Amino acid sequence: MIWDLHCHFGALAGNTPDLKMEKLVRFADRMGIERLCIYMGHPFLNEPTPAQLRDQNDQVLQALRHWSHRAFGFVYLSPQHVEASLAEFDRCVRNGPMVGVKLWVAKRASARELDPIVEAAGSMKAIVFQHTWHKTGGNLPGESEPTDVAELAARHPKAPIICGHTGGEWETGIRAIRHLPNVSADLAGSDPCNGFVEMAVRELGAARVIYGSDASGRSFASQLGKVMGADISEADRKLILGENLRRMMMPILERKGIRL
Amino acid sequence: MIDVSVSVGPWPFRCFPGDKPADLVARLKRRGVKQAWAGTFEGIFHRDTSAANARLARACATAGAGFLLPFGSVNPAAPGWKEDLRRCHEVHRMPGIRLHPNYHGYTLADTAFTELLRAARERKLIVQLALNVEDERTQHPLMRIPPLDPSPLGHAVATVPDVKLVLLNRMRAPAGEALAALARTGIYFDFAMTEGVGGVGELMKQVTPQRLLLGSHSPFQYFDGALLKMKESAITGDDAAAILMGNAQRLLR
Repeated sequence: MIWDLHCHFGALAGNTPDLKMEKLVRFADRMGIERLCIYMGHPFLNEPTPAQLRDQNDQVLQALRHWSHRAFGFVYLSPQHVEASLAEFDRCVRNGPMVGVKLWVAKRASARELDPIVEAAGSMKAIVFQHTWHKTGGNLPGESEPTDVAELAARHPKAPIICGHTGGEWETGIRAIRHLPNVSADLAGSDPCNGFVEMAVRELGAARVIYGSDASGRSFASQLGKVMGADISEADRKLILGENLRRMMMPILERKGIRL
Repeated sequence: MIDVSVSVGPWPFRCFPGDKPADLVARLKRRGVKQAWAGTFEGIFHRDTSAANARLARACATAGAGFLLPFGSVNPAAPGWKEDLRRCHEVHRMPGIRLHPNYHGYTLADTAFTELLRAARERKLIVQLALNVEDERTQHPLMRIPPLDPSPLGHAVATVPDVKLVLLNRMRAPAGEALAALARTGIYFDFAMTEGVGGVGELMKQVTPQRLLLGSHSPFQYFDGALLKMKESAITGDDAAAILMGNAQRLLR
């Protein structure tokens, strides 16, 4: 069973989100990927306004109308607009089909503005996915480091939080989150550097490591290759490829009556 | 299968699983690779590339004679490079060399680069030109290497036609018409760092299956993604045979 934590459809060719999704699913089928977590629309917006957030989420909702049997939606929120984000959470998660929260680069995850968003997610047992990078040349002003996620996770020890990309530069990222059992490592969206998965399993335990691709910008193949090529047990590989994500999502799936 | 892009030797900032030559050979063989073209990480960083190349040749002979084909490092910006080239060819019997211009401090517009291409062509050596080694964003902060500008390459190849040139680790550039134009000159490309869903299939359309080579950039990268990319792009039959083996064999002739 392979579930992909981290996908985008916006940049693919196609006039509508469902047509873009059709292309994404076709490639996923070739790789044996059963389920895709999708978030954000087109184009990518670093600092979306409330109206733009709504439009981005509408694109995902439209994709889900045809692909809910293959995809899970995460609502794109911005701590620059807390009230609007909470309203979007209610529209898309509490009263809609989405099952997680996506936070990108509008404000660092250590900011207090994230607290009500994480609390809202917790009230529905939704997963919180926070993008992070640790770029050698420096991050964007609002772009989180894994240490920012660590601060957030320490304030919300019961919230399941995913450290997106594990910082990209994963050796630093893994170290930043290893003391926080509620934080899991996303493998997506970095070069398939040999040793990433082995270090993550060694330092975090396989139960906190989750396969994701960051398709369509990244290849499903290059990112799956990290897991398929890693020197880990077959049991750990299964956890990483899908069982961990399924376990994390089951509470909200059950709450929403979503059958697998 | 022939993997045209593997490396031996230590990487300064990380120990890769399976980075000992014997281990690398065993891992590649387990995945069905019949031959691998090996560069040297030492050749990127050591000023004494002559010694690095000698160690590369010994490692290949010891750990994988007939399996690992050594591709020595030559730096045309350094004095004595012609002797390095001669030793690669005449002493170590290497089928080719591997270049890292952005690590060695020269551009593809430099006269020395064209001179090296010409010298390699005279010796019928394959020239592997590494456009990248790793994502600029994850480089060690003490070793920040700017990306290589590939735009002068078309002129260089026009100056030295028929050189057996392989571009390794292309990421986003060259692209579009510049990429297609390079392919028409007879350059080959690996896809170790090709990204995007169906990325290898798109690359194949642009450069043709006859110009594409299997490259894994192992052990820096996991090998497995390379084959999975073929599957993702549904490349089979004659195209797959050419990419996985036939094109590399033709280059070696």
